[in-house]
Amino acid sequence: MTMADASISPEPMVVPENEPSVLRRLAQRKLAILGLLIILFCVGGAVFARWLAPFDPNEQFFDGLTLEGAPLPPNENFWFGTDLLGRDLLSRILYGAQTSLVIGLVANGAALIIGTLVGVTAGYFRGIVGAVLMRFTDLMMAFPALLLAICLAAIFSPSLWIVAMVIAFVNWVQTARVIFTQTSSLAERDYIAAEKTLGAGHGRIVFKHILPHLIPTLIVWGTLGISTTVLLEATLSFLGIGVQPPIPSWGNIIFENQTYFQSAPWLVFIPGAAILLLALAFNLVGDALRDIFDPTQQGRD
Amino acid sequence: MAAYIIRRLIQSALILLGVSFITFMLLYVLPADPVRQIAGRSATAATVESIRQQLGLDQPFLIQYGNYLLNLVQGDFGRSYLQKTEVAQLIVSRLPATLLLLVAAIACELLIGLPLGIIAALNRGKVLDNGLMLTSFVTVSAPQFVVALLLLFVFAVKLGWFPIGGYGTFAHLVLPAVTLGILGSGWYSRVMRSSMVDVLRADFIRTARAKGLGRSKVILGHALPNAILPIIAMIGIDIGLFMSGIVVVESVFGWPGIGQLAWQAIQRVDIPIIMGVTLVSACGIVLGNLIADLISPLIDPRIKLR
Amino acid sequence: MKKLILSTALATLMALPALSPVQAQEPKYGGNMVVTYKDDVATLDPAIGYDWQNWSMIKSVFDGLMDYEPGTTKLRPGLAESYAISEDGLTYTFKLRPGVKFHNGRELVADDVVYSINRVIKPATQSPGQGFFSMIEGYDDAAAGKADTVSGVSAPDKNTVVFKLSRPDATFLHIMALNFSFIVPKEAVEEAGADFGKKPVGTGAFKLTEWTLGQRLVFEKNADYWISGVPYLDSFTVEVGQEPVVALLRAQKGEVDVPGDGIPPAKFVEVMKDEAQKSLVVEGGQLHTGYITMNVTQAPFDKVEVRRAVNMAINKDRIVQVINGRAVPATQPLPRSMPGYTEGYDGYKFDQEGAKKLLAEAGYADGFETELFVMNTDPNPRIAQAIQQDLKAIGINASIKSLAQANVIEAGGAGNAPMIWSGGMAWIADFPDPANFYGPILGCSGAVEGGWNWSKYCNPELDKLAAEADSIVDPNKVDERLAKWSEIYMKVMEDAPWAPVFNEQRFTMKSARMGGDDALYVDPVSIPVNYDYVYIKE
Repeated sequence: MTMADASISPEPMVVPENEPSVLRRLAQRKLAILGLLIILFCVGGAVFARWLAPFDPNEQFFDGLTLEGAPLPPNENFWFGTDLLGRDLLSRILYGAQTSLVIGLVANGAALIIGTLVGVTAGYFRGIVGAVLMRFTDLMMAFPALLLAICLAAIFSPSLWIVAMVIAFVNWVQTARVIFTQTSSLAERDYIAAEKTLGAGHGRIVFKHILPHLIPTLIVWGTLGISTTVLLEATLSFLGIGVQPPIPSWGNIIFENQTYFQSAPWLVFIPGAAILLLALAFNLVGDALRDIFDPTQQGRD
Repeated sequence: MAAYIIRRLIQSALILLGVSFITFMLLYVLPADPVRQIAGRSATAATVESIRQQLGLDQPFLIQYGNYLLNLVQGDFGRSYLQKTEVAQLIVSRLPATLLLLVAAIACELLIGLPLGIIAALNRGKVLDNGLMLTSFVTVSAPQFVVALLLLFVFAVKLGWFPIGGYGTFAHLVLPAVTLGILGSGWYSRVMRSSMVDVLRADFIRTARAKGLGRSKVILGHALPNAILPIIAMIGIDIGLFMSGIVVVESVFGWPGIGQLAWQAIQRVDIPIIMGVTLVSACGIVLGNLIADLISPLIDPRIKLR
Repeated sequence: MKKLILSTALATLMALPALSPVQAQEPKYGGNMVVTYKDDVATLDPAIGYDWQNWSMIKSVFDGLMDYEPGTTKLRPGLAESYAISEDGLTYTFKLRPGVKFHNGRELVADDVVYSINRVIKPATQSPGQGFFSMIEGYDDAAAGKADTVSGVSAPDKNTVVFKLSRPDATFLHIMALNFSFIVPKEAVEEAGADFGKKPVGTGAFKLTEWTLGQRLVFEKNADYWISGVPYLDSFTVEVGQEPVVALLRAQKGEVDVPGDGIPPAKFVEVMKDEAQKSLVVEGGQLHTGYITMNVTQAPFDKVEVRRAVNMAINKDRIVQVINGRAVPATQPLPRSMPGYTEGYDGYKFDQEGAKKLLAEAGYADGFETELFVMNTDPNPRIAQAIQQDLKAIGINASIKSLAQANVIEAGGAGNAPMIWSGGMAWIADFPDPANFYGPILGCSGAVEGGWNWSKYCNPELDKLAAEADSIVDPNKVDERLAKWSEIYMKVMEDAPWAPVFNEQRFTMKSARMGGDDALYVDPVSIPVNYDYVYIKE
């Protein structure tokens, strides 16, 4: 059986009147609710950190360290323990959410959008446009990002937004490659040609017939990307381009303390768990949304 | 087909040129004087100037870049500023190790990630699916250093099944490859699952099932080949990523790959090494993507090489 | 006629130097020692190698006219069997030891010394140590490339080398013991060309027999070494590319004898708490000081009161606690074990209230904003954050710029950094003499664009005093010279361009089977280990 025979005939997206709204359908899915709650929890923690944090995140307490200078495990004073300078980990995690949310959502989101735009355009139009875009993508993949980061660090005063920009600048290429390959396949399907002969514009074809099939991939990249970008921010900040000490971020707390993970595991596992939960939460919501919008699911719920 | 490959190779050469230009420019603009690194902390201003002149670092940008390119086409990557060794020799001494780890790591990623993704897709919505999803997220969110050190500690130090880092035999290869395999498998399993779910719901699958084809035949024969397309692109990306070096895993396992060379060179602004490694990894990236683009039509003949 | 002043120790130096320092047990011969490092070894060319990693390896492969007693900072003759200094201190005559062979079999002659010194000074060699030889007559022309050879070095006969200096310099003998003065054979250098650093040939106790790039170096015993009975080891292997934490794990398992990068901060407390492991750790002082530099050419650090206030604001004990006690607080630029250290000087005591008063006196009662540059490898950002908190307590808001080493050095050299924490780039003495802590980092010559005097502190009076001190070459007047240096550093503290914070201690972990005096494992000159004199106990 040849592949050419296989044709997926997607149905156009129509929401029949007697179907409940998206939000209602989302609410029916327990896991999605869980995901939303976790996200709200993280965002809330970040926004209200000043009131929720028991201590100043940058204050180095004398009794936050043992006599030899080792950090304290979680105890009744410091619920998450202290870090290598005797600072309260819980407070740092709360404040750190601010940085990590910007990276995980904004930087990652931007990378996702840029990558999708490039990938879809290149995969759909092919020809010269496609070739130029994909070679540009190759170039950006080979781009010495670390060098760029070091240069920027020396020229500009480091800030969260610069590092977010560098991450978006660098991370979109992977999404673009994968989306390109998928779009190339989708765009060649028979029904697309049929639609074209019927006079359908490019925009309509892309939105109605191609994008929906890309959503699963986008969700994977968007959610896993949260983890990788948060960790990448730590590496870039290490080079001096991002947040400077003592500003906390989940990524840089892990990065600073990873060699200590045997003697002070809480310093690695707690922020790691935070990153994990955030990424998972988005995945749960994303999966639910994908199911809701899935064209092949219409009328089968 | 041949024409396509030739066209791509020419385009790749242009890309390499572009990369070399950008890298050289960034190094030129970088406010960290390589001559100061060479001359050391006790050098007088006269010594510094003399070294600068000898290395041609007082020339304007385009002349320096031109000289570099001229040497490059003759196969001369220059000599390291700090080691005085030929860059080509340094890279060649580490390339086999990097390539070996690259192949082994990708194999591990696929061996772990693909089956898990397929199982998850087939058990969609059930506990197994959610459990595997959790596992994927954990492996992707885990910091490389921690995972590498943990595996080394458990399997090499405590259990003694493998040597504690190093290079040379198959036993040395296992831990670093498996570490990278675990770290990267999450992506493959998630994409595989996602892709499979999508394909499994397609009409042609229902048609095949309706025709009475057995389950495994349907999965392996029809679903899998369709679902595997994005995986091919990801392998291409991986080749590129590994060629740029995976410093963390290399240094934990004492694996003499290109990553460590690059990282040290960047810290010390050893320009010839940085240029050499960037170009070599750019080659890897471009090649990886080219291979992925050549394989895709074999999987899905609808894709035409254009 | 110039009278010769014999050094008081000359008589005893006529004989072969004393062998190894008094060992607690009988040293055993044989075996291979394994040392690990994270970074690749750059080069073994003595004229070029200048990092703490290759420093002692070069000392094992090559020799110089002068040497140090193992484990100490005491000079003794090396390839020179004896030396004589003229009364005016301008002429040094070295008599070479007969019968010394290079690794390629050829016997050492005086011309080799002339060749080696010329090579270091020649611009084409690009030696980082070129500047150390500026006191030799003819240096200026040779260094500028105007002359092919240095006129002040000559070999009147096969066994004699004569140096003529353009000014008396008390550090000259130390320079003759410095790696940059080590003797190389011309034919081997010419044959290897630019690759001499990878194929070194010298007169040392070990020869390099294998270098697998990126993996390991193997050094084997030189059976014809001119000090009989040494070295004890048959060979030692240097493995590179090893993460310090992993190296420690391997050491704990007995696979590695000495983790060359030391005990990583993450493992320090664990190791020191375990009696069995603690007994394998040797602690020693280093000729190192960690300090904060303040740019005296930029307000507000142009006011001495502000600089003194910073000195008083730093809680050095807490910083030492943060780094698990691996250092001792410092009161002055010189480290404790350096000759010329001023005993009993308390420096600026920790007093934040007093610091605030000083700031107010200087007109900064409300404090000010500034930047603190630091190198980004652990534990330096942590130390910088501790300093940041101390400064905040007196009203100074310092934002931290944690960057790659090359960027910090650049900013410091260009004068763009108001404050720098020197950790990771801190000064370690090239040779055990107080002069070495002054010139490039506190003297006017270092205060130029690109220089390592990051505080841009230039006090011509002190420069004059320094030159005077270094012109006292009479070995009987050593104390007078050291007293002058002590005075210089006390004046530096008065001006307070720096805030000295601590002197790092060295902790070397060795495997149970390694023998030899403890001092060899924290050798102040041969860092980290003096390979020539250690041995394996079984």
